[in-house]
Amino acid sequence: MLNEADQVNHKHRLDVLATCEATLLAERYRALGGVPECFPVRGPEIGMVMLRGRAGGSGAPFNLGEATVTRASVKLESGEVGHAVILGRDMEKARIFAHLGAMAQRAEWAARIDRDVIAPALAAREADRAVRAEETEATRVDFFTMVRGED
Amino acid sequence: MYVAVKGGEAAIANAHRLMADRRRGDRAVPALTLEQITGQLSLAVDRVMAEGSLHDPDLAAMAVRQARGDLIEAIFLLRAYRTTLPRFGHARPIDTGAMRLERRVSATFKDIPGGQLLGPTFDYTHRLIDPAMAGDEPVEEGLRRQREADAAAPRVTDILDDQGLIEPDVFSDDEPADLTREPTEYPVGRDLRLQALARGDEGFLLALGYSTQRGYGRTHPFVGEIRIGTVDIEVEVPELGFAITIGSVRVTECQMVSQFKGSADTPPRFTRGYGLVFGQSERKAMAMSLVDRALRADEFDEQRLAPAQDEEFVLEHCDNVMATGFVEHLKLPHYVDFQAELDLLRTLRAEQEQATADDHDTLSEAAE
Repeated sequence: MLNEADQVNHKHRLDVLATCEATLLAERYRALGGVPECFPVRGPEIGMVMLRGRAGGSGAPFNLGEATVTRASVKLESGEVGHAVILGRDMEKARIFAHLGAMAQRAEWAARIDRDVIAPALAAREADRAVRAEETEATRVDFFTMVRGED
Repeated sequence: MYVAVKGGEAAIANAHRLMADRRRGDRAVPALTLEQITGQLSLAVDRVMAEGSLHDPDLAAMAVRQARGDLIEAIFLLRAYRTTLPRFGHARPIDTGAMRLERRVSATFKDIPGGQLLGPTFDYTHRLIDPAMAGDEPVEEGLRRQREADAAAPRVTDILDDQGLIEPDVFSDDEPADLTREPTEYPVGRDLRLQALARGDEGFLLALGYSTQRGYGRTHPFVGEIRIGTVDIEVEVPELGFAITIGSVRVTECQMVSQFKGSADTPPRFTRGYGLVFGQSERKAMAMSLVDRALRADEFDEQRLAPAQDEEFVLEHCDNVMATGFVEHLKLPHYVDFQAELDLLRTLRAEQEQATADDHDTLSEAAE
């Protein structure tokens, strides 16, 4: 079982893996080289999760509608199990995610994965979000007041 | 006696083949790709996901293409597909307060923390068909502007709530009702109504929302806020023992602020209607929030007189897959049913003719 600090760190890692664009993730995964073999425990399999909102934004929950998800669990020969759940129907991405999640539990891999996969994935995600935010920012209304008539 | 009639198999097969041919159209023109549909007809894809009640842009784009652009047919396809998938569980309720905004406007306050962000909107266009749409002229990228350091954009309703001027959200973590799992029994809770409205037909809800503005269940609405953007989806993974973000989806939220209600214990304050929809779809979110408010009539001791206030009427008719199924089934063979009606009509007519003849006889006898 992971201690609390490691768990926070591991959650952050998994959040980045899940939201990483599939081709970038596959490319960084291949570039790692010499990865330990893994065996499927479950999946990859496609299903759905029910997404929920809250009445008024912060009231009681309600069911908004479902979304497709893919989940996968893999096991390393050394025993670590990796679990992945992602939105959408990309089985290869889910498998890579689960494999990296399992490997990251081994000390000799964790730092490398953080450096060679998580860091570039996070940078790409933040760059993408920054562009969108700045494009939205350009549509901000700057109100000004016009003085009318004579005083 | 019921006589089964067979036939039409060859005609059906040929009709489907012809439909596929017409759908493809001129073979000299390249076929539509999913990237073209999700990229350039994205609001159609959003509508299909919202009313198909399944978030998956590629599947929705395939459905749009398969349905030749008939969106209700595409919604039907997506609904049918979702019945083939297992449900792994549910996500944590999304936090629209933490949305990465792509558009955010308020019609109630000019100066709001976070400001007014117009985003990619049709508003303020002249609604003139642009000749450029007939060709493939280069299109400029959106302008970019550095964000202010503190760009926090709290929900407008939260700002009003801080001043006690609006009814507050009542937080709970109750398990919500699910109309896809249990049969609906009236009256229902607001949770189930919001689920039905979120997947309800945009046109039907638009008309009902419009009817409340025209006086059929008037609520004096103002758009407190519309926000469009992406929100993170988090799910608990039992094997991990904590929740992870599995991706993000774009949603549209509408907070409709309506006229006041007070009681002996509480001073008058604004009431609210809520709309939340997959994708960029503010017409639907606005219509949903108007109808949500109208359906809360009982909570505010309002008389239920208008269609938009009638929960069973709205919920039983807002689903376009159910509606189209029942309306469109009328065109399928009803030969036996109709034969029975025809027999009944002939009997009635024969009886009436007989009665007229008898009356005539009686009159003639009386005259003699």
